[in-house]
Amino acid sequence: MANMQKNKTPMREQLPEVRNKNWEEVACGYTPEEAMNEAARCLGCKDPLCRKGCPVSVRIPEFLSLVTKGEFAEAYRVIRSTNSLPAISGRVCPQETQCEGKCVRGLKGEPVAIGRLERFCADYAMAEGEASTCSGSCTSCTGCTASSDKIKVAVVGSGPAGLSCAGDLAARGYAVTVFEALHKAGGVLVYGIPEFRLPKDIVAKEIRSLEDQGVEIQTDMVIGKILSVDELFTLGYQAVFIASGAGLPKFMGIEGENANGVYSANEFLTRINLMKAYREDYGTPIRKGKAVAVVGGGNVAMDAARSAKRLGAEHVYIIYRRGEKEMPARREEIHHAKEEGIEFLLLTNPTKINTDETGNVSSITCIRMALGEPDASGRRSPIAVEGSEYDLTVDTVIIAMGTAPNPLIRMTTPGLETDKRGCFVTSDGTTTTREGVFAGGDAVTGAATVILAMGAGRDAAEKIDQYIKSKQ
Amino acid sequence: MIKIIKKEKLAEGVTRLVLNAPLIAQKAMAGQFVILRPTEKGERIPLTIADYHRERGELTVIYQTVGRTTAELDTLGEGDSILNVAGPLGKASELEGMKKVAVIGGGLGCAIAYPQAKALHEKGADVDMIAGFRSRELIILEDEMRACAKLTIMTDDGSYGQKGLVTDALKEKILRGVSYDTVIAIGPPIMMKYVSLLTKEYGIRTIVSMNPIMIDGTGMCGGCRLTVDGKTKFACVDGPDFDGHLVDFDELMRRNATYRSDEQEQMKRFHECNLFKGIRQGEV
Repeated sequence: MANMQKNKTPMREQLPEVRNKNWEEVACGYTPEEAMNEAARCLGCKDPLCRKGCPVSVRIPEFLSLVTKGEFAEAYRVIRSTNSLPAISGRVCPQETQCEGKCVRGLKGEPVAIGRLERFCADYAMAEGEASTCSGSCTSCTGCTASSDKIKVAVVGSGPAGLSCAGDLAARGYAVTVFEALHKAGGVLVYGIPEFRLPKDIVAKEIRSLEDQGVEIQTDMVIGKILSVDELFTLGYQAVFIASGAGLPKFMGIEGENANGVYSANEFLTRINLMKAYREDYGTPIRKGKAVAVVGGGNVAMDAARSAKRLGAEHVYIIYRRGEKEMPARREEIHHAKEEGIEFLLLTNPTKINTDETGNVSSITCIRMALGEPDASGRRSPIAVEGSEYDLTVDTVIIAMGTAPNPLIRMTTPGLETDKRGCFVTSDGTTTTREGVFAGGDAVTGAATVILAMGAGRDAAEKIDQYIKSKQ
Repeated sequence: MIKIIKKEKLAEGVTRLVLNAPLIAQKAMAGQFVILRPTEKGERIPLTIADYHRERGELTVIYQTVGRTTAELDTLGEGDSILNVAGPLGKASELEGMKKVAVIGGGLGCAIAYPQAKALHEKGADVDMIAGFRSRELIILEDEMRACAKLTIMTDDGSYGQKGLVTDALKEKILRGVSYDTVIAIGPPIMMKYVSLLTKEYGIRTIVSMNPIMIDGTGMCGGCRLTVDGKTKFACVDGPDFDGHLVDFDELMRRNATYRSDEQEQMKRFHECNLFKGIRQGEV
């Protein structure tokens, strides 16, 4: 008999007024008892809709039933058989629009806390030292024993798409090399998402578990510069998966955008997350603003705002041109940001950044917006209210208006087509216009989520396997 | 990890490193740069490639010890390794079709200007090189520059060569009737600004090389953005070379000063911490 408790079993969190001054993880995770209690809320549907809502098709009812019985290591293995990075997806997936959004329990009360339980199993396995083994239940595995005659596949980029593809290919018996441009593997998981939402030692452990599986990672390798995609083929790689993400920051094109104190969210977050600017023992400089405006309404904007608060800002404003309902950020991030004292200026759009005589930001001019008719995205489009401009005093501005794919690979790979946004053109979401070259994640879709990128990496591994087998 | 093969002091605070970096040396071109991080807690800094030798797999960089990261780099010696070096980054300089060129270097900028002068000389161009330094002790690469160009050295205090600025020497040559098809200016932004203003008067095409604040060097952070002809460009992927007549130098100089006070603080901290440790980084 399922546990009919209407709401999710609460997860302990650091108190808002405490956590907005430290960088420790906000959510503390379930205890085994809490996990078993929550998992027992699953009705074990015959046709589980939750699984259909998952981009990597985690066998959700199966792992939940194991958690209910306290068989956590086994539950982890079920998750890991289709999801290479469960400790990460359990923390950063937008579950409300995926698995949990489809859960029948959500019709009367709250859905089962699938994300929290996925995280619990992954953390349990890591703590017990069970995580660094291969899942053991992957049916397609040709054996994890090393052999020198393995077929070589190159993966460009070590973010979620690249890592998930590399993990799946290694499980299928390929010798996988991942090329990373920065000095540390993880892509957006290490440079973008802050420590308080996704601890970096969790990312490092997930990556180590892939390395234990035989995946080789080479850092400081900017593909398109040090090696071209064509040169990878001459080095003996039979297929190339491009998962270079969407790392090119968009700016607004308004006056004052190049003033001192205006950051792209990428730069601000990279200084903090990858380069540890918040720690005294690191050499990375960062502006610790007293009043910070973050422009944008996505997860990246929330991350930047909450980071600015932790650096000691008195006021942090989110400036977003639509309403809260239209914000693309996860509900939980918006909720956490509000709890931590972030001030939301909705239906507001910046028109100009003003500077003092030394070129530093002194204020931002904003205009109020009203919502009009729904646009192509289905969201009501914002229209400026004439004459409603006002100045907001700030010393730092962070632009979190989205990112576009990096042009380095497209510029150096003849025959590899991209669309007008710079995204790779594919026939099936993965297969590019060049034979043997596959792409996935943000490099194909434009900026999206970690789990969609992981799903794309998984699809690509399947396609690459088919492609290589078809050539033999 | 990239090993230091040779370390050489060129002038007070200015050092040349030859690195064993075969992959980068294979692809390096004049005008490109590398991003380097000496230690785990250090910053990523861009350094222009000063020379390369493809067969030997060697890459040369020249740095001036000005901040915490270059001070950390300076603690490494021959046989030690630099934690991270990524490159070659940026676009290579386009030197084709130039016949009569003035290459102008300011201070450490000579380290970047010299390989361009050398490449032009090898392509058969007639090269005048004007190198400016604050004083005699800071002069670098004199013999190398003299070997590939007609060299004029200018010093601020007149302690060597002629007293004055590089723009004085350039203007004198132009007034004497030397007709340049291109001027290449590499050095502090203020120098590049005044060279560009001068050459604009005479309608001489001018190329400048940018070395602004950046993190990744691949277009990801946008920290290196500058305004060229009214449009925002990223020095790391769109440059580092730009048309000097179109660059907004005043904005560039303001942006370069963003972290000046942090840098001084970091330098102080670095010296204090080394004072107490009394040993070199990496020897613990």
